[in-house]
Amino acid sequence: MTPSAPGRLSWPGLAAVVVLAGLAPLVFTDFFVSVILTKSLWLGVAAASLIFLSANGGMVSLAQVGIYGIAGMSYANLVAADGGSAAEWAPWLAVIAALLIATAVGLAFGAIAARSVGIYFLMITLAFSVLVYYFFSQVTELSGFGGVNNLDLPSIVGEPGQDPDRLYYVTLAVAILVFLGLRYVSRTAFGLALQGLRDEPNRMQALGFNVTLHRILAFGLAAFVAALAGVLSVWYNRRITPGSIELAQTIDVLIIAVVGGLYRLEGAWVGALTYALIDNYSRDWTPTIGDVLGPERFNTILGVVFLVIVLLSPGGLVGLWERGREFFGRRRRGPPGAVATPSPAGAGDGTN
Amino acid sequence: MSGTPQTAPATPAATESLDTPRRAGWSKRRIAVVALGAVVVVWLLIKGSDDWRQFAVVSLNGLTLAALFFVVASGFTLIFGLMRVVNMAHGSLYLLGGYLALEMQDAWFKEDPSGLGLSLSGAGTGDYDLFSWVLPLLLATLLIGVVGVLMQQVFLRWNQGQDLRQALITIALSVIFADQMLAAFGGISKDIQTPTDWPESISLPGDVTFGFFRGVIVLGAAILVGFGLWWLITRTRFGTIVRAGVDDRDMVSALGINVQLVFAAAFFLGAMLAGLGGVLGGTMISLAPGEDTSFLLNSLIVVIIGGMGSLGGAAIGALALGLVDAYADVYLVFGDTDLTNYSILVTFGLLVAVLAVRPLGLFGRPA
Repeated sequence: MTPSAPGRLSWPGLAAVVVLAGLAPLVFTDFFVSVILTKSLWLGVAAASLIFLSANGGMVSLAQVGIYGIAGMSYANLVAADGGSAAEWAPWLAVIAALLIATAVGLAFGAIAARSVGIYFLMITLAFSVLVYYFFSQVTELSGFGGVNNLDLPSIVGEPGQDPDRLYYVTLAVAILVFLGLRYVSRTAFGLALQGLRDEPNRMQALGFNVTLHRILAFGLAAFVAALAGVLSVWYNRRITPGSIELAQTIDVLIIAVVGGLYRLEGAWVGALTYALIDNYSRDWTPTIGDVLGPERFNTILGVVFLVIVLLSPGGLVGLWERGREFFGRRRRGPPGAVATPSPAGAGDGTN
Repeated sequence: MSGTPQTAPATPAATESLDTPRRAGWSKRRIAVVALGAVVVVWLLIKGSDDWRQFAVVSLNGLTLAALFFVVASGFTLIFGLMRVVNMAHGSLYLLGGYLALEMQDAWFKEDPSGLGLSLSGAGTGDYDLFSWVLPLLLATLLIGVVGVLMQQVFLRWNQGQDLRQALITIALSVIFADQMLAAFGGISKDIQTPTDWPESISLPGDVTFGFFRGVIVLGAAILVGFGLWWLITRTRFGTIVRAGVDDRDMVSALGINVQLVFAAAFFLGAMLAGLGGVLGGTMISLAPGEDTSFLLNSLIVVIIGGMGSLGGAAIGALALGLVDAYADVYLVFGDTDLTNYSILVTFGLLVAVLAVRPLGLFGRPA
C-alpha cells in the first residue's frame, strides 16, 4: 500500500462515534472520562498533527511536542498562575496569543527543516523538539522552578477538578473540528499538491509547484494543530513543567501515531486511546519479574508494544483492522482478483 | 490498497535534498552566515581579551567536550554512512556503556569496608589503580559492541532499506533501554572513578591549570579514535569496502563481498564507540537517566552540522558544538544582564545557520 489520501469518510460511522463519545460521560465514571477519554482526545489531536504531515506530506515530524510545549508554556505564562511570568491576561486572549506564537515558531521551524526530507527531516525535527525542552528547563523565568501551576482557565471549561465533563466536551469538539478540518485540507488543491510532492517532488517542481513553500505551509498548519493540543493539555493538567515536554513525551506522541497508523487520521485517536488505557491499567495486571517487569515499568511495556507494532504491522492498529477487513471481505466475495478495491482520490497509486 | 503496507514512504528521490545544487558562487545567505560567524569570532576575542586565562580554560573545556562528542558521534555517523540506519538508541548505548563500566569497577575493584569484597587492586583502601579503570573500559566497550550487533541482527537486518521503520525500531529500543536502565541502576547520578595515582590537573604555559582527565585522557582518546578511524577507513581493506558501500551498496554486494558481514562489523564498531564514549563521559561528567537523551541530541546535532556519514564532518561538527556550548555558558553576559540561561538558543542558532546554507550539513552528500 502506498500511503494514499484518506479514503472515503463513513459519515454514519463518524456520527455513531460522535454520539457514543457524547454519551460517554453518562455511562463512565468521572475518573474514566477525565483520565482516559479527555486525555486520549488531546493526545490524539497532537498525534493527528503528526499523522497529517506524515500521510499527506511524507514528513514524519518529531517537533510536534516541542511546538505543543511552546503553546502550553505561552498560555501558562500569559494567564494568572503560580510560577512563570504570570501576566494575568484574560484566558481567551492568552489562548489566541499562544496559538499565534506556536504557529509562528512552527513556521520558522518549517522554513529550516522543510528543505530536508525523509530521515534527515526526522532528525532535524527531533533536535528541535529536544532543544525546546532544554530551553524551557534552563529558562526558569518562564518555566518556574517546579513548573507553572494553578493556571487560570477560561470559564467554558469550568472546574475540571470537580466536574470533568465540560472540559471533556470542549476537547471532544476541538478533536472533531481538527479531524474534519485536516480531512478537508487534504482534499483541497493544497492537500493534493502536498500528496503529489510527497511522491514525486521532482515532477511537482517541474510542474511549477513551489515544493519548499508547500512543505513549510503544511508544517505551519500542523504546528497550529499541535498548538491546540498544547493548550488543551495545559487545561487538562492545569500545570506545565519542562518534564512534560521532554523526549519521552515526544516519543509517546510518535508511539501513539505509529500504533494508530501513520497514514490514517483516525489512527491518532485509536492510538491515543490505546495509550491511555495501557498507561492506566497496565499497572494492575503487570506481573512482577525482578526489576525487569512490574507496575513501575510502564515504559518498558509501552516500548515493547511499540516495537511489536512497528515490526508486525507498519500500518498500526488501523492498518491491522483494514487488513483484517480485507481478508474477510475477500473470503466473502470470492477470490482476491474479484475484489475491485476502489481507490478514492488514489494519489500515489501506481507512481511508486 | 493491496499488498503489504510499507512504512517507508520515501521514493528514491526523497532522500535527497530538494535544493537544486548550486554552483560554487556565494549566495547572499552564505555571505550572511559567514559574516555572522566573523562577528561571533571578533566578539569572542573582545570578550576573551578581558581575561586570557579564563578564555584558555573555557576553550579547553569546549575542546574536551568536543572530543567526547566526536567519539560518540563518529559511531553514529559511521553506522548511518554505511547502512542509512539512524540509530536512535545510540544515546542508550552510550549510557549503558558507562553503567556497565561502573558496575564492573564497583564489583571488582571497590574496597569493601567489611573486607569481604573480591579485590584485585592490591592497593590500600579506596585506591583505584590503572587496571581498575582500563579493564572496565575495555570490557564495557566490547560488550556494547556486542549489544549493537545483536540489535542490528535481531531487529534491523531484515528491515534493510526501510530507513523510517529502522529509526522507529531503534526509538522503541531506546525507550525500553532507558526504562530498564532506570530499574537496574537507579535515578541517582553516579560516576566512574579514575585511577588514584593520576594527577588531578596539569599545568600549562601561561599559568593555566586544567583537569588531567579531561585534558589528556579524553582529548587523547578522541585523537586516537580519530586517527584510528581515519586509518581504518582509508588504509585497510575493510575501510575500502565501507567506502565503496557508502557509495553503492548493491554494486559492492554484486562484486561478491559479504555485505552483511561488513554491516555487522560496522555496527559493532559504531556501537563500541558509543560505549567507549559512555565510559569516558561517565568518568568526565556523570551517569544519570537523561544522559542518553542528551548524547543522542549531541550526536544528532554534530552529524546534522557536519553532514551524515562524514567522519571529517563529525569532527568539525563536534568541535563547533563543543566550543559553542562552552563559550555560550560563560560569555553570554552583557553588562548586568546574564543570558547564560539562554545558551541553548546559541546551539540552536548554530544548527539553523548551518542548515540555512547547507541543508545536508557541511560535508553531507545526497544519499
